[in-house]
Amino acid sequence: MTPPPARPARSGAWADRLFGWAAKSAAIVTLGLLAGILVALVIGAWPAIEKYGLGFLTNSVWDPVAGEFGGLVMIYGTVATSIIALVIAVPVSFGIALFLTELSPAWLKRPLGTAIELLAAVPSIVYGMWGLLVFSPVLSTYVQQPLQALFAGVPYLGALVSGPPVGIGILSAGIILAIMIIPFIAAVMRDVFDVTPPMLKESAYALGSTTWEVVSRVVLPYTKAGVIGGIMLGLGRALGETMAVTFVIGNFNQLDSLSLFQAANSITSALANEFAEAATGLHQAALMYLGLVLFFITFVVLSLSKLLLARLRRNEGGRA
Amino acid sequence: MSGTGERLAMEALRMQERERIYAQRKRVNQIGLALSLAAMAFGIFWLLWILWETVRLGLGGLTWATLTQMTPPPNDAGGIANAIYGSFLMVTLATFVGTPIGIMAGIYLAEYDTKGWLGSLTRFVNDILLSAPSIVIGLFVYAVVVARFKGFSGWAGVIALALIVIPVVIRTTENMLSLVPAGLREAAYALGAPKWKVIMSITLRAARAGVVTGVLLAVARISGETAPLLFTALNNQFWTSSLSEPMSSLPVTIFKFAMSPYENWQQLAWAGVFLITAAVLGLNILARVLTRTKI
Repeated sequence: MTPPPARPARSGAWADRLFGWAAKSAAIVTLGLLAGILVALVIGAWPAIEKYGLGFLTNSVWDPVAGEFGGLVMIYGTVATSIIALVIAVPVSFGIALFLTELSPAWLKRPLGTAIELLAAVPSIVYGMWGLLVFSPVLSTYVQQPLQALFAGVPYLGALVSGPPVGIGILSAGIILAIMIIPFIAAVMRDVFDVTPPMLKESAYALGSTTWEVVSRVVLPYTKAGVIGGIMLGLGRALGETMAVTFVIGNFNQLDSLSLFQAANSITSALANEFAEAATGLHQAALMYLGLVLFFITFVVLSLSKLLLARLRRNEGGRA
Repeated sequence: MSGTGERLAMEALRMQERERIYAQRKRVNQIGLALSLAAMAFGIFWLLWILWETVRLGLGGLTWATLTQMTPPPNDAGGIANAIYGSFLMVTLATFVGTPIGIMAGIYLAEYDTKGWLGSLTRFVNDILLSAPSIVIGLFVYAVVVARFKGFSGWAGVIALALIVIPVVIRTTENMLSLVPAGLREAAYALGAPKWKVIMSITLRAARAGVVTGVLLAVARISGETAPLLFTALNNQFWTSSLSEPMSSLPVTIFKFAMSPYENWQQLAWAGVFLITAAVLGLNILARVLTRTKI
């Protein structure tokens, strides 16, 4: 690993220095990219930041014609769809990781793991189109309409499932996001479950624990930080996902009801739909502001994820 | 006598109690494992459903005309040749722009700065960029390129895609280089090779399959990316090879056509979805086969 001590300069020395310099500048370019994104977004969003300040985040009026902009509807849409996605994806991912690490016969581990990873590779536009043209009608016929019939007239619950029966809105966006982030969370959970020392697991088995008890009382506590890190990674993905959400959320800039089937909007779908057409000026600056908010939220979530995963790895090294 | 009887009775009770707890633990275990199996089936179910619909609806619309004709106006016959060409051109160029930067930065992280602050910071930032919303990359390129040169262009699309390639390649290059045994490097140093030569002809060569895998994964990733192209390359109804004009791409065309109410546009969108899915999954499987056989 360690290079030999410096020798008198020979013909190779300048090439060595040049190569090291090139490698270093490539790394610095990557660092600069993050800083550049932040600076460009702040500059682009500045007219809107100057005009609305932080009130932008709590104002629910988005009216390009009148020139008034507030981001609450989109922020709500982004957060609500991501929370639905997590509620569905976390237990499923845990089940998948448990299956892959403890239950699956060895010959099935590889093909099943690959299948789940392929789910992550499917481009988001495919999810979007499938969601709009295949999944939404199914959701409407077999879930929304029966629920509406069941809860008709029931306070709260009735309002929760109201809306036109087209299967488009917060819930379908959340479900599709869940399908998209399951592979990411499941892959991290599987990897961290695998780092649990076999000794710990075997001791628990030797004391007569069932598989379920080993996983829930030995593996899970040991890998807690990593599991949360994986969930955060999935959350980061869900918050920033664009195409799949744009197709099925309905792109409706008002917050009329809290129904799960209400057409809504998210930060990413507002950007995807409006940015290219937005006239330069306040409309574009407001969209940039939304982008900045999104970048900030995902940055915080992903940093937390990274720190938690790093902590697990450090503990691992300490105990080994 | 009565003392022994009582003890036996209590023992029997305790046995019963233990049996009951044991049965309950077994039941909880069975339920947990059954749910786990169900979760696995749930995941596979979506993959199969999506693939099935993609093949069913996409293959039906795929004709020779789809691959050779330009995007049509609504309710007119046509194909998506210009979109396929635009995607191909931009993905290829973006790969050539992004890969060298990614590989060099990966080399820096694995060979020069494994513990220092610059290396750690770069690693951290790279992991964030890897999962950062791609639409934000689009906004960035819009602000830096499109707004400055007053126009959407193929080049802006290439830059946006290249910025997505870089983190993917950095990640895999670093991982693969750090798997190369230190003995190989030391042997090369012992023979008097300078560091750049050790890296280029020993470590990088040993990790070749892994690095190629990373590039393939990056190509797969950007082939399906739509968000960063929406306001960089925009779209173009016609064939163009000029990168300084707006350029159509497969994902953006699918987006536009799928959201439209026109039957023939939706048909073309399904054909496009089939092509993209086949290409992306094919690249992913190829990448996996490569690493499995070589490392």
